[in-house]
Formats: sequence, C-alpha cells, structure tokens
Amino acid sequence: MTTATEQSSKQAWYAGLVAFFSKWGTIITIFVLLIFFSATMPSFRTASNMVTIMRSISIVTVIATGITVSLTVDGFDLSVGSVATFSVALVMSFFVWYGWGTIPAIIVALLISLVVAVVNSFLIVKLHIYDLLATLATMFIFEGVAMTYTGGGSISQGMPRLDGTPTTGTIPPEFRLIGQSPYIIIIMLVIVMAVHVFLSYTKHGRYLYIVGGNREAARLSGIPVNRYRTLAYFLSTLLAGMGGIMLAARIGSAQINSGAGYLMPAVAAAFIGYSVAGVKKPNAIGTLVGAVLVGLLENGLIMMSVPYYSLNIIKGLVLAIALAITYYRKHD
Amino acid sequence: MALTRIGEGRLPVYIQEARIGMESKHTLEMKGISIEFPGVKALDHVDFAVKSGEIHALVGANGAGKSTLMKILGGAYGHYVGEIYFDGKKVDIRNPQDAKALGIDVVYQEVDTALISYLTVAENIMMDKMVNEMKGKHFIRWGNIHREAREVMKRVGIDLDTHTLVQDLSLAQKQMVLIARALATNTNFLVLDEPTAPLSQTETEELFRLMRDLAQNQQVGIVFISHRLPEIFEICETITILRDGQVVTDTTIDTLTQQKLVELMLGRRFEETYPKIHVPIGDVLLEVRDLNEEYGRVRNVSFTVRAGEIVGITGLVGAGKTELCKTLFGAYPMKSGEILLRGKSLHIKSPHAAVHQGMALVPEERRKEGVLVDEPVFVNLTLPSLDRFTKGPAFVDTRAERAKAREVIQDLGIRTPSENQKVAYLSGGNQQKVAVGKWLIADAEVYIFDEPTKGVDVGAKHDIFALIGALAKQGKGIIYASSEIPEILDISDRIYVMYDFTIVKEFETSEATEEAILFYSAGGQ
Repeated sequence: MTTATEQSSKQAWYAGLVAFFSKWGTIITIFVLLIFFSATMPSFRTASNMVTIMRSISIVTVIATGITVSLTVDGFDLSVGSVATFSVALVMSFFVWYGWGTIPAIIVALLISLVVAVVNSFLIVKLHIYDLLATLATMFIFEGVAMTYTGGGSISQGMPRLDGTPTTGTIPPEFRLIGQSPYIIIIMLVIVMAVHVFLSYTKHGRYLYIVGGNREAARLSGIPVNRYRTLAYFLSTLLAGMGGIMLAARIGSAQINSGAGYLMPAVAAAFIGYSVAGVKKPNAIGTLVGAVLVGLLENGLIMMSVPYYSLNIIKGLVLAIALAITYYRKHD
Repeated sequence: MALTRIGEGRLPVYIQEARIGMESKHTLEMKGISIEFPGVKALDHVDFAVKSGEIHALVGANGAGKSTLMKILGGAYGHYVGEIYFDGKKVDIRNPQDAKALGIDVVYQEVDTALISYLTVAENIMMDKMVNEMKGKHFIRWGNIHREAREVMKRVGIDLDTHTLVQDLSLAQKQMVLIARALATNTNFLVLDEPTAPLSQTETEELFRLMRDLAQNQQVGIVFISHRLPEIFEICETITILRDGQVVTDTTIDTLTQQKLVELMLGRRFEETYPKIHVPIGDVLLEVRDLNEEYGRVRNVSFTVRAGEIVGITGLVGAGKTELCKTLFGAYPMKSGEILLRGKSLHIKSPHAAVHQGMALVPEERRKEGVLVDEPVFVNLTLPSLDRFTKGPAFVDTRAERAKAREVIQDLGIRTPSENQKVAYLSGGNQQKVAVGKWLIADAEVYIFDEPTKGVDVGAKHDIFALIGALAKQGKGIIYASSEIPEILDISDRIYVMYDFTIVKEFETSEATEEAILFYSAGGQ
C-alpha cells in the first residue's frame, strides 16, 4: 500500500515538473543561456551585442507572427520564406529598376505578394488540400516566380539588369532606415503588439482560434469558417511580405532566395511560442519569446566560434524540442 | 477429400476447409449474459441461441441492448458476465480473435469504418488473410489474392472487378464486400447489424437472396438485426425480442403479427412524463416545400411549423432526422425546394447564412458540434452573437460578455463553478444547456433541436423541456427531432414520422400513440 501511494505521489510530482517546464522552460532557458554566454564571453554581455541580437531576430519574429496567425486556424503556412524572397525582389526592383519612392514601393510590393495568399487559400479552402502540402507547393512556385522575375540573378543599386540595360534607380535612404536599429526593432515590437491585440482582443481573433479549435462546431455556430481561414492565410502572407521588406532594407539588395533561411527559425519560434507561460495556443508574444531564444542561441554559438554550417544542427534540435513540448501532452 | 466436383479443384485450401467445415452443423448459445457500463446495466441475464442454417431476427427499441449483445458475440466487449457455449462446449469470447476462431463474424452498421476506402475490393476482402496469414512471408502474390477474392465473390454472388477501389463503390456494394470479407475466412455464424438501413428495395432483395443462399446451401447461421418489420417477417424464421436489456420473447416468427411485435418491443414502460406547456399557436412561421438534399439524404420533405408550436420529427436511427435538421440549417447542401420564413423565401447556403436569417440548431453530436469543449462557458455562450459584445472596431467587451454569461448560467441553472470553467469539465446535461444557451442569446426565430436529451440525466432533461416550452411561449417555432417516441409524445403539438429520408406520416400529437408511430417508423403501411 505504501509503495503504491509513494508511486502515485512520485508520479504527481513528476507530472507537476513536466507541466512547470513546459510552461516556463523557454524563459528559464533564455536566462540560463544569458548567464552562460555572459560568463564565458565578456563581449557577449555588451549592450551593443544585445541590440545586435534584437536586430537580428526582428525579421524572423515578423515572419514567425505570420506563421502564428496561420496556426491559429489549425493551418500551417510553409510558403512564408518564399513570400519574403518575393517581396524583397519586388521592392528592390521598384527602387533600382523603376526608381519609385519608398511608400509606393512598399505598398505595391506587399499587395503583389498577396497573390501567394490568394493561391494558398484557393488550394487549401476551396480544393481541400492539406495546408502543409499546399503551401509546400506554393513555396516552390513563388521561389521560382521571384527568381524568374529577377532573371535568376540579384538586384542591387547600380547593377545593370540581366539583359544589360543599365539601371539608374537608387534605394532611398529613408528605406534603409527601416533596416537599422532602433527602427527595425521598433517595427518588430509594434507588429508583435498589433498581432497580439488582434488575436486576443478582437472578435476576429476569437473566431480564428475557435475555427482552429473545432471547425465543425464553429461552422454550426454560424461562423463563416472559410472566410476566416482565408483571412488567416492573407495575414500570414502579409506579415511574411513585411518581413521581406525589412530584409530588403537591411541588406540593401535582393539576393537569390534571401528569405528561405528564415522559414526554419520562424517555425521554431512560433512553436516555442505555443507553450510560453502556459498559453497552449499559438500567440504573438510567445512567438517573440521563441524568436529571442533562437536568436540568442545563434548569436552565442557564433561567438563561441561554432561554424555557421553546424548551426542548423542546433536550430533543428531546438525545433524538435519545441514540437515535442507542444505535442507530447496533447495525447493524454 | 471429395474434391471431384467441377471447378472445385481450383479453390484455395482454406476455402475448401471452410466448405468442409460448413458441412457440419453448429449451435451457439449465450446463457445468462449480463454487462454493465458506468451507470447502466445494458444487459441483464440474456439468453440467446442460434444454429447453423437459421436466419434469426434480433429486435428491440432503441437502447434495448441488441447491438451490445452482438458486440459481445463479436468479442468487442470482453467484460461480460455469463456463459457462451459452442456446440455445447463452454467457450470464452473476450476479444475479436476469440470470435474469429469460432467462425463468428459481425458486420457492423458503419460499413465505412470497417473498410479501407483507398484499397481495392480484393485487398479488403482478403484483409484478414493478408494480415493474419502472412507470418514469415514478405511478398504478396497479387495474382492469388485477386483470384481468391473472385472465388469468394462468386460464392456471395456479387459481380465486381476486384481491382476497383472501395471508395468508388455504392453503399450496397460496400456491404456486400464486407459480407464477402466475413466469408473469406471460415464463417459459421454471421451477424448483420441493420444491414438494410442504407439499401434500396432492389439492393435489399439482393441481400436477402444472398442471406437465404448462405443459410440454406452453406449452413451459415445468421443473426439479423433490423428495425424494419416487413423485412423481418419476410426473411427470418426465429426471433428474439429484447426490451431494456432483457429478453421478452424468443419464438418462431409465424406466431407473431407486426402489431403484436410492436407491442412486445415497447411493453409497458414506466417512464416519467413531462408536463406539456400549452401555449396559443399562431400563424405559420416556417414552411418547407419539397426539400431535397444534394446527395439524397433528404427527399421531398414538406412541412410547416407555426409560431409557438413544437413540431416533433421522429423516426428510427438513420431515417434522416439529423440530415433534415442539417439541411434546414445550411450545413448540408440543398438541391431543390424552398424554405420560407413568414412567407419570405430564405437563401440558406451555409450555417452562417441560416443564423443571420433567424435559424438556430442544437446539433446531435454535442461534444463534437454543439459546444467547444476546450473553451470556457462564456466563450461558448456568446459565440453566435459575439457582434453584440464588441465595442470600437471589433474589440470584444469581455466584461459584458461575462456578465451576460453569468445571467444565462443563472437562468438555465447551468451547474458550473463559474463562467470561466472549460466546458469539457461540465456534465452532459450542463453541456447541453450551454449548447442551447448560446442560441438563447442569439435570439433566433426557429429553433431546431436534434436529439437534445441524448446522454442527459433526468433532471437536466426536465430543464431542457422547460426551456423549450418557454421558447414556444415566446412565439418561436420549434423543431424537435428525436427517436425517443415517448419524449416526442410528451412535448410536441404535432408529429412528423420519417422513414427512408422522407416524411411518411403526420399526426396531431393528441391523436398519436407510440404503437402507431413505431409502426410507421418501421416502414409499416
């Protein structure tokens, strides 16, 4: 009898521990990493390096909030990296090839990027293709579209177009500001707050979560389910496009597949965000915390001279752990 | 080894064995079978026997225990009490393998869950062999699989290409494939649980031809569960009638009439009744004309609901009540017909459109469709009417939302610690009150209730009936679909009986009896 009660109290203790770590594990890990990196590398704990980290995660975070919105309707948008690439190519071409100003270039680039959302929602909502597979297809399609548009090359100021036409357009200095701190960090924080307010405090946010939680019950409650699923894919594309604009401002040119590298850390950030503080739902603030964790890890490891080509091992492991925490307790 | 008959030589060994096995006659007896589920004694000392070559009917009202008894026979419920004898020898059936070893096969009602839709007919028929007789082998000889499947199909008398995918078959063909699968292994006893429910007249005749062939020529003992009385009289020789988990009659079919059978099924029930609230009935509120659902799940249905009137829609499980409710609410696509509210034609393309035009549905599958179990009570209650709890552009006014939720919790007597409790933690009856409550806030004109008392305790049932009465008093139109005939008789003003996806009879409740309703529900004419 005593062993049985001991066993059950042990189990309860173990379950409590698991619950505690799935709730606060991310935050604890961030602090542990901060202490560890600071103790081992004096250059890590400088204020300028903290700003570097925040700046480096800005683009990942904005793209990750896009994925977060697609996750709220129980969907998944894999095409965000290609959307970013696409909007980088568009906005750069508007400056360099056509000499447009900052505001029209950004607006038009974002609007054209939304074509991806149109295709995604058509494939997923109308044709009933699994979101993961549909967006895998559009990921390749628009990677190709972006590359075809730039003629398979890059776009930068002063560089002639592939057919030899000289270009005269310049990248406006105010556009460049978007990519610099503190502006890029401020933009990121504003976007995270806006998405947070939208998801948590508006009717539409409530509906998105309800649709993701139980689509049939949502439908039978009179919610226009397809409209909200479409909205989610439009928002994720819009946010990914915004990430692309920030990326363009940061590097000042359009490189081949420049957005592709952001997919993996963004997915990791969004999934880490699920469990932060026990929300157990995709959420913008958790996603920011997830991005901080991923960025911190990347920055610290690079400073510890882990070669860049090995970083994916660590990033992949972090994603696996985040997914394990999200899915492990869903079964019981 | 008398394998000299023409064509016999090509038969695979296990079918030859099965045939040899079938030469002998078997008996199967269940004695004193009882089984309990949390809170319910589903079967109470039931005796049941069937022998080779016999077609034995098992009948009873909803919840009498027919399916439970057959699930015990099929090894699905291992925790029964009592004894089972095979050829006089005591046997234990604790899992599906035990049943299979005795040659007992149960073809359950849901054919689609038993078949794998993206595999071919041959693979589905030979599934047991492919799963259980492949030990140590790794390569499938497809030629053999298809040939053997064709042999079994020939025996069943169905003509299909074995390469066809099961998803491309009609329901009747799927049923036949399931029976063929049962017969691909050595089958002594075959249980068919309401096999005719989805079948047309000719398909049913085809099935009966097969059943007779199996019984007479191949000595299979068949247990036939059906709600359709004419069929039972047509095909069965012996009959066992269950009521409330006990056997009431075990006899030969020729000693009974349809009328007598219905009486035995119903018996004298001691159930509490619910006082009907009588309210003055107004003008026609909802009119449905010639409604047809896209896939034939509702056929040529016309009826009316007046203001303040509670209209009961009854019929057996599978008669099309849920389908009618869902089509009215826009959840199933409408093919033709017209739905009018106060004489104005409605355009119901989706539940969203239905809600905006004054309809509300409390669906049958409460936990899957009626409430969001992972969300708190207040989120559930305000869901269809969230527009009323917003301020500014679209910000949710959670304080107003919670206040309204507390009010509804109070009014409906929903037992919950607070409006923040997850619905998953409420009892069935309280969950149902939440599913109803959300439409009270939305203030619809026509309320559709689909089996609202399913899995609900007596107290909550009373509350739900009172609620429906109160809605009627406000001049709402109520559609109350249920297969619980006594409930329908208690609560409704008028009753429509459904059979085969259409309305076959209309009663004024004051003139209806349980016997008469059941008679029409079962396809009596």
